Amino acid sequence: MKQRSIRVRLIALGTVAIIGLAACGGSDEATEETTEDEGIELESSDSAFLTTGNDCTAGKTLVEGKLTIATGNPAYEPWVVGDAPESKEGFEAAVAYAVAAELGFSDENVVWVRTGFDEAIQPGAKNFDFNLQQYSITEERKATVSFSDPYYSTNQALVAYAESPVANATSVSELKGLKFGAQAGTTSLEFITSVIQPDAEPFAYDDNAAAKAALEAKQIDAIVVDLPTALYISAVEIEGSKVVGQFPPSDVAPGDDFGLLFDLNNPLVECVNVALDRMRNLTSELASIEETWLSTYTGAPVISLD
Amino acid sequence: MALHLHRRSGHQPRLTTRQEHERRQRRRSSFIAAASTFVVLVAVVVFVPRMPRWDRVKKSFFDVEQMRDSFPRLIDAFWLDVKIFAWTTPAIFIAALLIALARNSRSPALFPVRMLAAAYTDVMRGVPVILWIYLVGFGVPGLGLERPFNSPLLWGSVALGMTYSGYVAEVFRAGIDSVHESQRAAARSLGLSSAQTMRHVVLPQAIRRVVPPLLNDMVSLQKDVALVSLIGPIEILRQAGIDKAKFANFTPFVVAALIFLSVTIPLTRLTDYLWHRERRRTSGTQVAS
Amino acid sequence: MTPKVSLRGVTKSFGTNTVLRDLSLDVAPGEVVSLIGASGSGKTTILRCINLLEQIDDGAVWLDGDEISTIGRDPNPVRRRVGIVFQSFNLFPHMSVTRNITLALTKVLGLDGEAATQRAMELLTRFGLADKADAFPDQLSGGQQQRVAIIRALAMQPEVLLLDEITSALDPELVGEVLDVVRELKGSGITLLIATHEMAFAREISDRVCFLHAGSVAEIGSPSQVFGAPRDERTQQFLRRVRSN
Repeated sequence: MKQRSIRVRLIALGTVAIIGLAACGGSDEATEETTEDEGIELESSDSAFLTTGNDCTAGKTLVEGKLTIATGNPAYEPWVVGDAPESKEGFEAAVAYAVAAELGFSDENVVWVRTGFDEAIQPGAKNFDFNLQQYSITEERKATVSFSDPYYSTNQALVAYAESPVANATSVSELKGLKFGAQAGTTSLEFITSVIQPDAEPFAYDDNAAAKAALEAKQIDAIVVDLPTALYISAVEIEGSKVVGQFPPSDVAPGDDFGLLFDLNNPLVECVNVALDRMRNLTSELASIEETWLSTYTGAPVISLD
Repeated sequence: MALHLHRRSGHQPRLTTRQEHERRQRRRSSFIAAASTFVVLVAVVVFVPRMPRWDRVKKSFFDVEQMRDSFPRLIDAFWLDVKIFAWTTPAIFIAALLIALARNSRSPALFPVRMLAAAYTDVMRGVPVILWIYLVGFGVPGLGLERPFNSPLLWGSVALGMTYSGYVAEVFRAGIDSVHESQRAAARSLGLSSAQTMRHVVLPQAIRRVVPPLLNDMVSLQKDVALVSLIGPIEILRQAGIDKAKFANFTPFVVAALIFLSVTIPLTRLTDYLWHRERRRTSGTQVAS
Repeated sequence: MTPKVSLRGVTKSFGTNTVLRDLSLDVAPGEVVSLIGASGSGKTTILRCINLLEQIDDGAVWLDGDEISTIGRDPNPVRRRVGIVFQSFNLFPHMSVTRNITLALTKVLGLDGEAATQRAMELLTRFGLADKADAFPDQLSGGQQQRVAIIRALAMQPEVLLLDEITSALDPELVGEVLDVVRELKGSGITLLIATHEMAFAREISDRVCFLHAGSVAEIGSPSQVFGAPRDERTQQFLRRVRSN
């Protein structure tokens, strides 16, 4: 009995010692603080010029000195090219890096994480500073998360096969007989059930990939999705499909404004809104990003809502 | 009348030592059970609301307004789950029984059938159900079937049926194997054919023995039915998810859970009851402890 | 007269273990023959070869002059004529006593439900078990279960009844009631082959006693001769061992 207790004590002591050493060992570098207009310089082995945010963002990011941005898994085009947001290619990838730059974060200090569409909206702590994957700003969602000002506005659009009888539909009334599909939890699905109100209950899917599979299997006649995604699907992803049209905004169905999604009441929102405002009004960067990545994805006939 | 009164004046039949002891034991157990339940309930009611974010949790999970709003939609969607369960369960039992019988067949001529059945159970159980749902639910219709033959409800149910019949077949097989060979010897000696022996002597005993694991699989199926939502149909869990996303509130999930429980619990209690009734009917005295 | 049951040169092995070695035996119609011998001498195996639960390796088995042991032959008609009662009763636990008896009557003999139940009740009454008609096997004592098992076999009206150590699994005080049933059967015209350890009973009831040793018939004769004046050395050894217990 005595031997065992001695052994246990030694092990406990050893564990404490190891933990103590590990804790102490990390933080011995003294940080030199020099204030400049743009950011705080950190001494680093690289000796490259790394910016880590501005006065506004100090203390408000998840990880001090880094901007953690989330997007979908996978991230689809034309929002992110090749599911690689680090490439800065794709509308949302470009917007993300532009906002980061406005906030004073150099590219190396932008960290990407992935989340599901739904999981980011649920209440609770987040593992990102903000999340962008075509989140529409809605009143209901504002109960649990906060949004930045919009960075893009678009309409819902309809994708179907070119030989479908409704391929040239011009009003919602012509669409009542269709079997619709959309991603669950999106404003697209909501649009189907409250605006189009088809005779048959729509099908809902975890993601647009499943909806596309269903369209190809002819289990559904049409998909409702935001216009740029719709154009990408018809141009690249599903052969023989086309964008039948886009639905104009109205009181019943205002167009979708995409906003960056934050944890509820996150103070970082104000800093980002300042950045977006500059990008929209001062530097016109938002417009040029849109021009670069979405110019081919904006034209489609209008389907009236009556 | 007088006799009746006399009776009631406390003249009770004497209890044996064992009965006295058992009565004391029962009283003590009831008291302990009641007391511990009370303590736990009080602890939950007193301490849980004092936890730091209880208000937010209550609002997110137990919002009464939200419950009232979501309930009709959820009940409506639940019908789909019930329907899928209703038509897949008998199909699974029949298919599983056939596969189990095929695997247990002894005649050399049926060797290819045996091999096929074995391969079937291996493959069905070896691949996760979700994969089968996607492969069969999208894949088969994608080969060019026209509506209504490409319905995701149909092929999703087929996928569920295929997978579950693999599992249930193994349960049946275990049951059949557990029936002692001497039962078969007795039946055959009476002149019963192989098929008659299986039908009247082996299977009834086999199935009775595997009711608990069968019930397990059925309870599992009741929930896996929701996987059909992956390929489109809006059943209760999907509807709860849609409501959750729309209202940014988890209460619809709590309501869905309660609806599920309102069906699964009575079903399991009923089967337990039937099971015990059967045992009481056919068994001798039980061991005291 | 053609023997009821006839075995010639029967050999049976289980794996490397040869249980029956070139065994030959004739049983006359209506005769009661007891098979005695040490465990493993082949008593049970002989019986199982006669009702075709086992397939013999060599030799032949005849029933009423008809060779029944040919490979590929349908065993069911044989089993309708040859009944067997097992050491561990083997009643169907999920069926009542009556159903145990009537199952084969309805499914094999094609009797309708009423006729089958009637026959079952007659037999149950005859052997004092009428009040157990609706009981389940688990609710009966060992002796009662075995008697039901005998009734189940008898109900089929077999020409030959094989009794495989039917009292070996019973408590001594229950043995008697089972042996009483067997006594009643003697003289009813049914051919009985009884594998048993109950020497006194074998001596009392048998027309002939057959002593088996290492898979062959070592000695066969009248009870008084085999028990009283065994000719074979091995028989003597066996009886000495048995008596000294």
